Amino acid sequence: MSHLELEDMLGKGWRKPPFVSNPKLRWSLILGSIAYLAAAVMSIEVDWGRVYVGLDRGWAFILAFASPDFTGRASDIWTGMLESIVMTVAASVVGILISIPIGLGAARNIAPLPIYLVCRGIVAISRALQEIIVAILLVAIFGFGPLAGFLTLSFATIGFLSKLLAEDIEAMDKAQAEAIKASGARWLQWINYGVQPQVMPRLVGLSMYRIDINFRESAILGLVGAGGIGATLNTAFDRYEYDTAAAILILIIGIVMSLEYLSGIIRSKVQ
Amino acid sequence: MPVLEKGGAQAWRRRTTGENLFRWFGWLIGVAIFVACWQRISEATTWFFVWDAPRIAGDIWTRATPPRWEYITQLGRPIWDTLNIATLGTLIAICLAVPVAFMAARNTTPSVLFIRPVALLVIVSSRSINSLIWALLLIAIIGPGVFAGIIAIAIRSIGFCAKLLYEAIEEIDHTQVEAISATGASRWQVMAYGIVPQILPAFAGIAVFRWDINIRESTVLGLVGAGGIGLQLSASLNVLAWPQVSLILLAILAAVLVSEWVSAKVRGAII
Repeated sequence: MSHLELEDMLGKGWRKPPFVSNPKLRWSLILGSIAYLAAAVMSIEVDWGRVYVGLDRGWAFILAFASPDFTGRASDIWTGMLESIVMTVAASVVGILISIPIGLGAARNIAPLPIYLVCRGIVAISRALQEIIVAILLVAIFGFGPLAGFLTLSFATIGFLSKLLAEDIEAMDKAQAEAIKASGARWLQWINYGVQPQVMPRLVGLSMYRIDINFRESAILGLVGAGGIGATLNTAFDRYEYDTAAAILILIIGIVMSLEYLSGIIRSKVQ
Repeated sequence: MPVLEKGGAQAWRRRTTGENLFRWFGWLIGVAIFVACWQRISEATTWFFVWDAPRIAGDIWTRATPPRWEYITQLGRPIWDTLNIATLGTLIAICLAVPVAFMAARNTTPSVLFIRPVALLVIVSSRSINSLIWALLLIAIIGPGVFAGIIAIAIRSIGFCAKLLYEAIEEIDHTQVEAISATGASRWQVMAYGIVPQILPAFAGIAVFRWDINIRESTVLGLVGAGGIGLQLSASLNVLAWPQVSLILLAILAAVLVSEWVSAKVRGAII
């Protein structure tokens, strides 16, 4: 019996259905992405000689992680770190406080249309502008120092937190809010007893997450002169002091890890 | 139930006196920390510049408007580079994030004791360091250019993608995996037919989401010399060519909005 006859008797074997069912669309997608990839890869100029020379330095940097130098520039690291933490705390507090009213205003089921549009506009502007670009502009306006970094982080916090808070408020359970209203509560009481308990766990979780992000961002604001550990880190890289740079990076990773651990504990307590 | 004796009658209240005191104390400490932070920021600030800020802002605004539109002809190549950094960086990151995620997920990891902690450490260190810092480091190692930007974006994205992906893997429906293994499938077949189809939508969503974030991040990578439109931005800032700066900022804003729109569309189509 030939192979074909056997297939006739058994029927065709099962084959995995293709990911995109329309064959024309599938092939044009495949060809298009191959063409793009080819164009993209061709347009990158890689100086392999330079990369090869640099590998030694890369290896030196990896080795530096095994023997980080915390003491050599201890005072610089300490002031930079303290400034980063100070900026993070202050900016998170102010940002969270401001983003609560804006979040309320950006929820369509609470705010009237004009307020809604204004608050959504603020959120959109804050989200579209990158932290580092905001920091450049604020440094130009307010001068060097942690104030520019503080304002940048507060501004970024507002966009992030208000948007997520507003979405959470829009998705809340209407029945509870209505029950409070039916008992004759004033607007503030309605927010306090009808809305706030529903969104509080998420607000706490998001705030913790934002503190974490703010700390990570505060580490780079120094690159443009907005205060924090970034300036020290940049100098360490420029002077090829990899052991100092490794020490700073280890500190950042450690603080982020402990923040994440802390936020895990707080979130599980709140929920 | 905590109660308050008031003229012989018992009134309900939320917390006992001790709890109230404890909470007051907590708030006091919080406010004290915030005030201390604010004092440090204020010490490091030149307040003369801050009081002068509205005038400076107005001055910059008049210098920056109108944008120098004819400069847009020189922005084509930097925008193309920015797109490449984001796309190729995301692709590399995804390829590396998949194995890391499978090693980090509790239900697919080869060894909970040894390999999982290593994978988690990779995720945390890649996530806690900003792509600008990775770019700084890579520029010191492999020299400035688009290539350093791609690698920086890739390293930064591994942690993000792997974290979200391993959480998706841990949440899969176990019955499907069991059904596939009951047919006598090998380990890889179980992977391909039991696990992968369940996480594919999440995977695609994560990839597109990260691509969107990477477009934002790659626009500023040039500030430290890692290619893309940020190079033009820092060059224009250095020579105080504000009309060019405003045009570049508009281009970045447009790129961010377009990428957000694309990612929202694609995610809407997948999920």
